[in-house]
Amino acid sequence: MDRTEVETRIRSLIEPFNKKNVAITDASTFAGDLEFDSLTVMDFVAAIEDEFDIIISMNQQAEIENFGQLVDAVCKLQDD
Amino acid sequence: MTDMAGENGAGDQAMSQGDLFSKFDGIIQQRETLLSSGVADPFSLVMEKVLSPTRAICNGRETILLGTYNYMGMTFDPDVIAAGKSALDNFGSGTTGSRVLNGTYQGHKECEEALKEFYAMDHAMVFSTGYQANLGIISTIAGKEDYIVLDIDSHASIWDGCALGNAQIVPFKHNDIEAMEKRLRRIPEGAGKLVVLEGVYSMLGDIAPLKEMIAVAKKYDAMVLVDEAHSMGFIGPNGRGVAEEQGVLDDVDFVIGTFSKSVGTVGGFCVSNHPKFEVMRLVCRPYVFTASLPPSVVATAATSIRKLMHGGAKRAHLWENSRTLHGGLKDLGFQIGTETPQSAIIAVIMPDLERGAAMWEALLHEGLYVNLARPPATPANMTLLRCSLCAEHSVEQVQTILGMFERAGKAVGII
Ligand SMILES: Cc1ncc(COP(=O)(O)O)c(C=O)c1O
Repeated sequence: MDRTEVETRIRSLIEPFNKKNVAITDASTFAGDLEFDSLTVMDFVAAIEDEFDIIISMNQQAEIENFGQLVDAVCKLQDD
Repeated sequence: MTDMAGENGAGDQAMSQGDLFSKFDGIIQQRETLLSSGVADPFSLVMEKVLSPTRAICNGRETILLGTYNYMGMTFDPDVIAAGKSALDNFGSGTTGSRVLNGTYQGHKECEEALKEFYAMDHAMVFSTGYQANLGIISTIAGKEDYIVLDIDSHASIWDGCALGNAQIVPFKHNDIEAMEKRLRRIPEGAGKLVVLEGVYSMLGDIAPLKEMIAVAKKYDAMVLVDEAHSMGFIGPNGRGVAEEQGVLDDVDFVIGTFSKSVGTVGGFCVSNHPKFEVMRLVCRPYVFTASLPPSVVATAATSIRKLMHGGAKRAHLWENSRTLHGGLKDLGFQIGTETPQSAIIAVIMPDLERGAAMWEALLHEGLYVNLARPPATPANMTLLRCSLCAEHSVEQVQTILGMFERAGKAVGII
């Protein structure tokens, strides 16, 4: 799966969590722009993990601050 | 994306003039706002006198204790107290040393023997607190290359153990067997796996489906650690906890427990049948690099543990109390954390922090102490009044407690 397709899928997964309909760019941050709290993060991460059949450990999550970094991380985890 | 082990409630304020405390401004503000609304500070109560496991003097008023986790009421047991006094006289007030140097006395070994008998396990290791038992065992057995799969509502000591050992942390939704299985299935082949569960979750007082979860863990060759802090002495045919109750204790690799609840003193432990378990005493830093428990503490613990082996009548009364309080509060119209009474913890869900604090204060005025729990320590950001029952609460006390809840709930406008 190439980066564009990963990004498209993540965009559709994020929709139900994007309560304020923030326009999402690679630079959009989860804690700041999207105002995700820890419960939202858990549900959102679970949705991504299920979609791509991967694990994003909390240690890896700690490195991911914005949307672009998430797409990159998912691409990388898929290749592993 | 997340903090690894909870949040401190601070905002994102830039550090002002290098003050490392500015990260706490958010929490200081929240507390000031709460106190300025006129409620008493729920986190600075002082017990002026303690009369029994269920009664104390707070603010000059006799108060029923319903939030102390003193499940089996062992704190004033005459045999327990006598054992502590005798150890004080014969072994002194403290050990002034680590378990692996000068801090292992006869009493520490006797305490470990009592635990081995209580759980019918080969090995027992006593730590200075339950917090340190989780911190020590988890951080020592699961390192950077290993995966820890754990319930998202795990106790702080479990999270801190995961962080200390630098393991790969993979949480799953509370008590969700399928979510747990999916995560185990995706862990890379050959990686070490530890599943960490609790028998009773202390926030809502609900129990885990250990039978199913442990079967799944074993299917994926994971080791299993179960924290039975809130079940010792009254859940399971021999009081060994939820894993025993559900018939799966033999599949648990490590049981973690504490002396600070049913046992009625302070300290923590791990029991295990792992053939190499004793090596923990050499490699577990939170065991090695701290002083051992005072002789009086291990003497009271050992005596209490042995008495808990024969606590059948007390246990039955504790369950009766739990059922009466759960049913009574539900009938009054309170929202409870569990549909049925599953443990000795009954969590009453408050509509918000403000009314939760007001209710807590109203109950204290009635002469009742319960435990106020609030975000971020609580699941789903709930504010809870956690009630923990004691085997020494009388039938009349439980009725008195219900009356207090009714009056306070009406005064605050919750029911
Ligand atoms: C589930 C759980 N584990 C461990 C502990 C820590 O026990 P201790 O008070 O002995 O440090 C507690 C107590 O708060 C607990 O609730």
